[in-house]
Amino acid sequence: MDMNIALLILTTVAALWTVMARSLLKATIGLAVTSALIAVIIFRLNSPLAAVFELSVCAGLITAIFVSTISLTKPLTHNQILQASKDRMKRYWYLPVILVVIGAGLVCMKAGQGPAMAKPLESAIDVRTMLWDLRRLDLLGQVMILIAGALGVVMLFEETKNDKR
Amino acid sequence: MPSLMILIPLFGVIILNLLFAGNVRMRRWAFLFALAVFVLQIVVAVFHHPFLWKNSLDRIDSFFGVSFFVDHLSFIMFICIGMVSITSLFVARYTMAEESGRFKFTNLLILASLGMSGIIMVKDIFSLYVFMEITAVSSFLLIAYPKSLESLEGSFKYLILSAVATVLMLSSIGLLLLVSGSTSFSAIAAGIGASRNSSLVILAVGLFICGLFIKGGLVPFHGWLPDAYMAAPAPASILLAGIVTKAAGIYTLIRIVTSLFPYDQAVNSILMFIGTISIFVGAIAAIGQDNFKRMLAYSSISQIGYIILGLGAGTGLGIAGAVFHLFNHSVFKSLLFVNSAVVEKETGTCNMNKMGGISQRMPVTGTTSVIAFLSTCGIPPLSGFWSKLIIVIALWQAGQYTYAALAVIASVITLAYFLSMQRRVFFGKLKVGLENIKDADKGVIGVSIILAAIIAGVGVFFPFVYTTLISPVKEILIR
Repeated sequence: MDMNIALLILTTVAALWTVMARSLLKATIGLAVTSALIAVIIFRLNSPLAAVFELSVCAGLITAIFVSTISLTKPLTHNQILQASKDRMKRYWYLPVILVVIGAGLVCMKAGQGPAMAKPLESAIDVRTMLWDLRRLDLLGQVMILIAGALGVVMLFEETKNDKR
Repeated sequence: MPSLMILIPLFGVIILNLLFAGNVRMRRWAFLFALAVFVLQIVVAVFHHPFLWKNSLDRIDSFFGVSFFVDHLSFIMFICIGMVSITSLFVARYTMAEESGRFKFTNLLILASLGMSGIIMVKDIFSLYVFMEITAVSSFLLIAYPKSLESLEGSFKYLILSAVATVLMLSSIGLLLLVSGSTSFSAIAAGIGASRNSSLVILAVGLFICGLFIKGGLVPFHGWLPDAYMAAPAPASILLAGIVTKAAGIYTLIRIVTSLFPYDQAVNSILMFIGTISIFVGAIAAIGQDNFKRMLAYSSISQIGYIILGLGAGTGLGIAGAVFHLFNHSVFKSLLFVNSAVVEKETGTCNMNKMGGISQRMPVTGTTSVIAFLSTCGIPPLSGFWSKLIIVIALWQAGQYTYAALAVIASVITLAYFLSMQRRVFFGKLKVGLENIKDADKGVIGVSIILAAIIAGVGVFFPFVYTTLISPVKEILIR
């Protein structure tokens, strides 16, 4: 079996484990594993810089933020966890089925036989040129999203302060 | 010039937060700054002189390395964004008591509006996605602003469904990049044109359109919309219903379908089908509502259905009708949400069964509400009548007689639920306990009257508005 297919299956399993895990901490670890696997796939697709970003931001930074947030929450009791897990299984049993059906559909479509695949741009253009010259507008967009996020954080922290009072 | 539409608000927000956030007196400048930006936006869009938009200020664009494009459709969207944002700004000043909350709300409003300005000017599908995210993140926060359980739930629902839309669109962008080797509109159009019947292209087009249907709140992807509109604070509801769903969902759909994707019979059939289903599901669901804002939310789904139906006609006239109805809807739905905000603030409830005879105490709100709902139902000579008429004529000319007939029939249902609303809320005997309510402050009343005047004015001067503003939109079909 192709190595990429094996990695994709592993990623899917890790993603499923993430959404089905009983504890938030395990889900976070699952997410980090998923991101790390995606980073490997991206690396194998000849985009090392994107792989580094994926690994450092998605598997590293975001996991750290999640873990620190989880440390501020109150854990459920064992019975509550079991009940929540049961309810979730009952409610979302069809999700893995849909995933398998879509996966099978995509495999049947044999995407590789479509139009000629374009070469990844990264191999041709220097990444500095890519970010600062070609995608400067998107970087500006990132700045705007960061400002919006910062405003949101300020709003939520104010709520915590008021609650304490 | 186009880049200034993004850069002025962006640097304004940064300066406001760095210099003015700590000082209560200075925070009031945020309102004036936002008002100035939105008014300027409307003025430069209405008088779209080539000197402003094309010839001058190229150096600023090249310094920031940004390149945008604008056409008549963009100008109409600019006007809508400016109008709805000003309305939301005044309603925020009226409904939000706390100064610091108003300051943050204004900042988020500016960010949401500059995100939408970006959406309507970009010529690259990935940049389009980035600006959609800016609008979406600001909108989540605007909905969650009251921090009540209800508003957090509404925001969460919007966030989750928006994330689904994002996944669909990003997957589609990835596939389109495979096909065309670039993310620019022109390269994608060429790539799709070269391999039209490829299953990869069909999958990419399908995924992107589904994502936009979610963003636009069309049936059956509308689950988030009524909850989000109802739970959001009044000024955020106005922004969402008035423009956010239209800029992120409907405008993008019009642009993408006409300029990038194959605008053929198969796509048109899907658009007309989804449009008609949305019209009827929205209208029928609106009949059964007791909550004023929820009823307006379902009405929005129904009216957006008309826009999609017009687009599905597949002709220049259909697109003109769709864009005209988009403009009209952003005006009359904003006005209806302003009315609901005033009623909610004064009576303390949105339950229509607890209201009655409010017109006696709120003459301006009661009257403007009549104008807005008559326009929504398509009663001549108000603006809504003309846009619906154009859509019906476009469908008829395209040989879609059944859809044309259904569009007319749905107007009767619209009239039914709005008459019921008007009777329950504004007409009849004044309910006990509502004797002390009063109309809104001068700012909100002024905005309501201006919006009502636009509805009536666009209707009466329809030939002028159509030839100068709406008809040039047809050029979008000439690539």
